[in-house]
Amino acid sequence: MQTIYPLFTALPLAAAFFTLLVTKINKKAADYIALFVTAALAVMAVLTVFEQPFAYQVGGFPAPWGILLISDGLSSLMLVIINVIAFLSIIYSTKYMTTYTAKPKYYALFLLMLTGMNGVVITGDLFNLYVFLEIASIASYALVGFGCEHEELEASFKYLILGSVASTVILFGIAFLYSMTGTLNMPDLARQIEILGINKAVAFVIAMFIMGFGLKASSVPFHAWLPDAHPSAPAPISAMLSGVLIKAIGVYAIARLMFNVIGPNEAVSSILMFLGALSMVVGVFLALGQKDIKRMLAYSSISQVGYITMGLGLGLNPDVPPVVAALGLFGGLYHLVNHAVFKSLLFLCSGAIEYRTGTRNRGELGGLIRKMPVTGTACSIGSLSIAGVPPFNGFWSKLIIIVAFIQAGFYVYGAIAVLVAFMTLLTFIRFQRFALFGQLPTRFANIKEAPFAMTLPIVVLAILCVGLGLAYPFIDQSVLQAARDALLDKLSYMGYILGG
Amino acid sequence: MILYFLTLVLFVMGVYCLIAKKNIIKKIIGLTITDYAINLFIIIIGYRAKGIAPIMFKDMTIQELAEYGVDPLPQALVLTSIVIGLGVLSLMTSICLRLYEKYKTFDMSEINRLKG
Repeated sequence: MQTIYPLFTALPLAAAFFTLLVTKINKKAADYIALFVTAALAVMAVLTVFEQPFAYQVGGFPAPWGILLISDGLSSLMLVIINVIAFLSIIYSTKYMTTYTAKPKYYALFLLMLTGMNGVVITGDLFNLYVFLEIASIASYALVGFGCEHEELEASFKYLILGSVASTVILFGIAFLYSMTGTLNMPDLARQIEILGINKAVAFVIAMFIMGFGLKASSVPFHAWLPDAHPSAPAPISAMLSGVLIKAIGVYAIARLMFNVIGPNEAVSSILMFLGALSMVVGVFLALGQKDIKRMLAYSSISQVGYITMGLGLGLNPDVPPVVAALGLFGGLYHLVNHAVFKSLLFLCSGAIEYRTGTRNRGELGGLIRKMPVTGTACSIGSLSIAGVPPFNGFWSKLIIIVAFIQAGFYVYGAIAVLVAFMTLLTFIRFQRFALFGQLPTRFANIKEAPFAMTLPIVVLAILCVGLGLAYPFIDQSVLQAARDALLDKLSYMGYILGG
Repeated sequence: MILYFLTLVLFVMGVYCLIAKKNIIKKIIGLTITDYAINLFIIIIGYRAKGIAPIMFKDMTIQELAEYGVDPLPQALVLTSIVIGLGVLSLMTSICLRLYEKYKTFDMSEINRLKG
């Protein structure tokens, strides 16, 4: 695995250009290339879980000068999430994207976005992280506007402007950090910052990073683009954006930089907890009133990412007992996995509903579970999971986060988390009552179940939702624990500079 | 010091243009200005008075190179950053043209179908 680790970025990057070339000869080839590449990446990602942590030196240059690719618990967890969901989205796209033109271009952009996300997750170099982040972002700007209609172009332009401002601010932070320490290697930076301490300049850089990556992760004061951009994209892209992209280039980057590079810090911890709580409350209240189902899902993404940020914030706090901090961080990471599963499931279901009925308005739908039993059932499972109903996976992660906050003595945040869980339940019960149950409008009397290529990923994700929830008390949680330990152990992260 | 301050002025001008102007072409220009301000900032970090190219000649000692050589890394970073900026700029202008085809205007306050 060590020798082929760079393939996580090289393979989709090569495939992205190859798809465009090969369509000149054969129209169907793009489908097969995209399916094959994402399947191979998903298998490789699952294999990295069983590897010991290692650092790969690109081009054989030793650490502080060359670029490091680092594999540890957190990056393998993120790689699994990204590549498995990308594979399922590609299966779904083979059928769904026939309603759009220029399918090969879609695959090329999709694979570029995948390159960027994989790159952000595996790299150990700060500027390299910025470059991959830009690759993922530029591909996602283009994919949001892929339909080229009024709303899609408008959403894409808004997302582009705000996303570019965020990237500029991140680059500013990186330049500032370089001028202070003279290095861009993240383990080396961690060591240098340990020596410098948190002075005013480092605090300024932290502010830049929280603003920039917070915008990419759509924390509340920076969330304005998300409810426009995510619903405007084609359904499999919405699933990728909401399920994976905001976590890979937003939450992951914040977690890696704040935990491993800068280190636990009380001020950062309270900022993250506050932003998380704010996102949770604002997101859920705005979600409640939405009629467009995809827009409702997008607002609920803001709220659910708030849970993850809050869990990370608790993990960063040096004042609470280490066991409680670790529990909060564990809850945050577990919710990250769960949210990736159920939010992509819900977006894929909304796409299937739109594919058959041609509308996304909650008021015009109804009784779909009788006509589309597979999609309808999976959609209810997803809604119950996100709402935190006991046997499903969302319940456990929310419970862990709430328990951690109560144990740490942050009763207000704990109460907010409970309130938001209740409001989410309300939102999704309304969604279920209007869209899935109730009266079937007469014009939908003869709609059919979605085609097999679209129901297959939906069913797989629904099984994952149930499995991650029901099996939670029994399964071995070593993958999540490895991710948590990787974040909490700054010393061994600094050790990667020694290579090997 | 004055150079850093001027870079900041350039950055703030770009941000002002981005926020205050309604015309999307002007917004794009503002974003490009902020981008250039950051590029300039990175170049200034690597600046050294009377610096020489960081190439080790035969008649030089390591100390001489360390004393006069310019840090080459910021320049490499700026090259990458300019290329990325070019990619974003071309995407922005093409979306801008498509927006004009659909809405027949460059005024951002009239491009407002998405609400709620």
